[in-house]
Amino acid sequence: MAHLIAGLIFLPILGALFVSVMPPPYARAVALGCNLLTAACALMLWHGFDPAVAGLQMVSYHEWIPAIGAKLLVGIDGLSLLLVLLTSLVFPFALLAQRMERGFCALMLLMQAALYGTFTAQNFILWFLFYEMSLVPTFLLIKIWGGKNRDRAATKFFLYTFLGSVAMLLAFLGIYLVRGTFDFTALASLGKAGLLSGDVRWLAFAGIFLGLAVKVPLFPFHTWLPDAYEAAPTGVAMVMTGALSKMGVYGFIRLLLPLFPNEIKILGPWLLGLAVCSIVFSSLAAWAQSDLKRMVAYLSINHLGYCMLGLFAVTATRAVPPNEAQAALGGVFLQIFNHGLTAAALFYFVGLLEQRRGARSLGDFGGLMQRMPLLCGWMSVAMFSSLGLPGLNGFVGEFLIFKGSFALAAGFTAVAVLGLLITAIVFLRALQGLFSGPLAEGCATLPDLRLSEKWVVVPVTLLMFALGLVPQFAFTIFNSTVVQMARLLG
Amino acid sequence: MSAWIVSHLWLIPIVPLLASLLILSLTSSRGRAGALLAITGQVLALTLSLAAFWSTLTTPGFRAVQNFTWLTFGEQTLRLGLLLDPLTAVMLVMITFVSLWIFVFSVGYMAADKNFARFFAYLSFFSAAMLGVVVANSLLLLFICWELVGLASYLLIGFWIHKPSAAAAAKKAFITTRIGDLGFFLGLLWLYGKSGTLLFYDGGNGALESAALLSLGASATAIALLIFCGAVGKSGQFPLHVWLPDAMEGPTPVSALIHAATMVAAGVFLVARVYPLFVVAGGADPGSDGLNAAVYNGTIPPLTVVVWIGVITALISALIGLAQWDIKRILAYSTVSQLGLMMVSLGVGGVAAGIMHLLAHGFFKALLFLGSGSVIHGCHEEQDIRKMGGLRGVMPVTFVTYAIGMMALSGVPLFFAGAWTKEEIVHATSLWPASRWPYFLTLVGVVLTALYMTRQMIYVFFGRRRAAAAHAHESLPIMTLPLVVLALCVVGLSVVLTPVWPWLHSFLSGERALVGGGKLISPVLLVSLALVALGIGLGIIVYGRATEIDPLARTFPRVFRFLENRMWLDELYDWSVLAGARFAARLCDFLDRYLWDGLVRGLGALGFSLGGLTKSCDEHALNAGADDAASAARGFGRFFSQRHSGQVQTYLSAIAVGLLALLLLYAWLT
Repeated sequence: MAHLIAGLIFLPILGALFVSVMPPPYARAVALGCNLLTAACALMLWHGFDPAVAGLQMVSYHEWIPAIGAKLLVGIDGLSLLLVLLTSLVFPFALLAQRMERGFCALMLLMQAALYGTFTAQNFILWFLFYEMSLVPTFLLIKIWGGKNRDRAATKFFLYTFLGSVAMLLAFLGIYLVRGTFDFTALASLGKAGLLSGDVRWLAFAGIFLGLAVKVPLFPFHTWLPDAYEAAPTGVAMVMTGALSKMGVYGFIRLLLPLFPNEIKILGPWLLGLAVCSIVFSSLAAWAQSDLKRMVAYLSINHLGYCMLGLFAVTATRAVPPNEAQAALGGVFLQIFNHGLTAAALFYFVGLLEQRRGARSLGDFGGLMQRMPLLCGWMSVAMFSSLGLPGLNGFVGEFLIFKGSFALAAGFTAVAVLGLLITAIVFLRALQGLFSGPLAEGCATLPDLRLSEKWVVVPVTLLMFALGLVPQFAFTIFNSTVVQMARLLG
Repeated sequence: MSAWIVSHLWLIPIVPLLASLLILSLTSSRGRAGALLAITGQVLALTLSLAAFWSTLTTPGFRAVQNFTWLTFGEQTLRLGLLLDPLTAVMLVMITFVSLWIFVFSVGYMAADKNFARFFAYLSFFSAAMLGVVVANSLLLLFICWELVGLASYLLIGFWIHKPSAAAAAKKAFITTRIGDLGFFLGLLWLYGKSGTLLFYDGGNGALESAALLSLGASATAIALLIFCGAVGKSGQFPLHVWLPDAMEGPTPVSALIHAATMVAAGVFLVARVYPLFVVAGGADPGSDGLNAAVYNGTIPPLTVVVWIGVITALISALIGLAQWDIKRILAYSTVSQLGLMMVSLGVGGVAAGIMHLLAHGFFKALLFLGSGSVIHGCHEEQDIRKMGGLRGVMPVTFVTYAIGMMALSGVPLFFAGAWTKEEIVHATSLWPASRWPYFLTLVGVVLTALYMTRQMIYVFFGRRRAAAAHAHESLPIMTLPLVVLALCVVGLSVVLTPVWPWLHSFLSGERALVGGGKLISPVLLVSLALVALGIGLGIIVYGRATEIDPLARTFPRVFRFLENRMWLDELYDWSVLAGARFAARLCDFLDRYLWDGLVRGLGALGFSLGGLTKSCDEHALNAGADDAASAARGFGRFFSQRHSGQVQTYLSAIAVGLLALLLLYAWLT
């Protein structure tokens, strides 16, 4: 089964090569075909995955460069599988969202390969390679096909995240020099006793923290994100929020939290404070936006803030009851998936509106419900999912996160629920501005959802309902991992 | 029968939900099929509810639960469940029955609307969610349905989506209730953390059963108050009542169903449902029965809060209702006021009385709203009572049924349901040991209620026929039939609710019913009867000859303006809370663009200038030094290369000079 992971990583790379030599009109079809194959791989991976086992499965291991501890070590646990499935879902969704040139498709596939690699690699060097590999295609996609201010946004995105990565790499080199290994599992088992001693541990912590906090992003390292999402073309914004932003949260779970449990406990209140700031400030900032893309971008920060709140509540508190840790972590895992799905859908809908109207400011629309009831209806579902309406996917994850973190850090959680209120205000403001009232100028001839768009929207929305009503099928994937991680982190 | 209905309780909310989904996915927007489906669903739900009600009648203190696992996460399970007890049963019957007749009314009222079918889909969805709230045996399931009810309310208030005012009102309703829901959510989380379960009843392990309740300790007060926040939002209690009058922007059947009879009563229902939590917060023995608050001494902090919030709400809104001109807004403030009264009743320990008033209110307020809908329809969508008048001749059915509703609301005794239940509440309030003030203030509320309803009756149905009433006509039978049915129910209920045979009271509180006329005549009853008479009499005297200028406005213009403008509470919120929040949003955006991003850009600029510095170091120090050395070497080379001219004479003369120099050197040395 291990070759499935290799297949996942190499198929998109091959696909990218193939796309580059194909006649341009077929590029997107080839990319979608390639996604069909990777989706099949991901589903087979899911099929072969034993949900009862907590640790890594389908591990595949080859020596690579023994002198520096680099190994070709891949494998999946529940979290990795969840993210692989999410990636397999978001990419075809994004490919269907807009027209794409040949180079666009090839870069998207390269990014996809990098993401699969990031989510399955279990050795730091290999992981870092993929982690960085995702940057270049993203940079080029924004820089070449982006909207207004694309040069600035792309450069800012690249430099900011790259700076973080360099800090992280240096920190890991330090750890390697002391501990002699780059394997995640081995490092995690050393974490409890103290991975490093003396003041140098803070340096290492700061390096890794910076790298991941920029990636997530965590307040106040988030300012690259609204610019980047605003400038990115729809499909790229979808994968950035749907899959790419998960690399940061994944990094926190896989790298920082198990490696520095004691340090995090010391810094606990500060980290929780940052998470709460992420939640409240970014939702408030979203309220002040009139550009729809920028608004969704800020809400993306807000939703990842919930993930960070849950993670920090579990790791930063002393004496964590296992059931609360399990609730919070389970909620975080589900929220990762839910946010990927919902935020990508929101960008998709904003993209549809932008394609039709040629603008995407709140003021450019009005009364759309009269012209395009279907689009409005389905878009409202995505919005209500994002604001955490029960019955849709967003609620379950947020409920569990809040359940766990309220028991562990009541004060911070009580402030964080304000985010739920402000998110509601933001979305209802958007709903009111877009859909109701008299029909705005320039919206009179906009067409409703087309058949091809319905084929994209309906399955995604049904998945939102399924996750909201019977979330058990998602939990089965990662429940053992949750239990294990709750023990490890709590 | 009893076992079957308990195990099939889920059908009651699911049937309307299915109806709603079918309408949305299958029917065309104008088709009558939507209404037919919705009404069929409601009839089925009503039948099932009656069966459920019947089975609870068999045993006093009946309670059956049906729990199931929803989610296994980590090493624990999250269970939800359904519950059938007297409280659920009476609510089920009231909701399905009133909904059914409001659905029928809507067929006529919405006939011309181009989104006719969608309206019925939303109504059915609302009904499903509301029934879910009532049958839930888990605070989480209740919360889920509670939020869905809020969604339905949002969709229906904003149903006329082209009207900006409707969209604004829908948003306001959703957000204001969500403020309360945040408290509810925190209370739910807290309760879950403390007791480890959110099931109400679970064979001794439920959150409302002794073991779990006693483990709450001091946090019970906080949890109860947080949950009460949700009730304050949903039931339009002060200070979150501002959304409810605005919600009248929705179609009138929506106002009747959601914003009068059912949804807004959900807050009262919630408090009644988790009543043991309130009771235990006072250190009292929770007992085994939620509605049996026998152990009670008037010093339970969260219940005291409930009483005062209820009293303030009841009075403020009755006063505001006195100075409104919109027929629906008067009824809306009346609803807020009555909900306040129910809260008072729950707070002082009269749970059964409060719930009975909720039921009676559901009927007569639905009747009044549908009546107002009939009036509005008859007056060609006019809602201002100043433009009506003298309608009693042209709209006889509406007039008679409306009068019945008005008398039930005002508390005219004997034949009108609301009177008995209001008496019970006043009675319970008079017994509250903590303070006499709620009793006195409730009595003031009784007078005010009679007064504003008399004012409305006179303005709408009596006197001269003003502008909009000129061409008024009676509504179609499909609209008057529900009025008649509901009016008959209001009268019929007065028999069921009579204190001579308090079976419903006993049924709700799980006691044995005692037949007796003892409670029929009491000093409290006589006092409140006198006050009702006072209110109506005063109303007739004051408003009997009213013109388009309100007599109150003529005598006390400032007071009237204060009340007419709803005590400027909306403006106050706009200027304080909302402006503050908007400012915070702008500030966050500003800080993001200029402070945080400024720091990043500053860091970037720093890097850039460092780069510039090294560049100039390179160019001027390092690079320039190398260049100088190179050019010196080059000059050196050029000098010598010029010496290699290839001319023999030059070389020979150089040799001669050199030889001469050597000879001179030699001579000088020796």
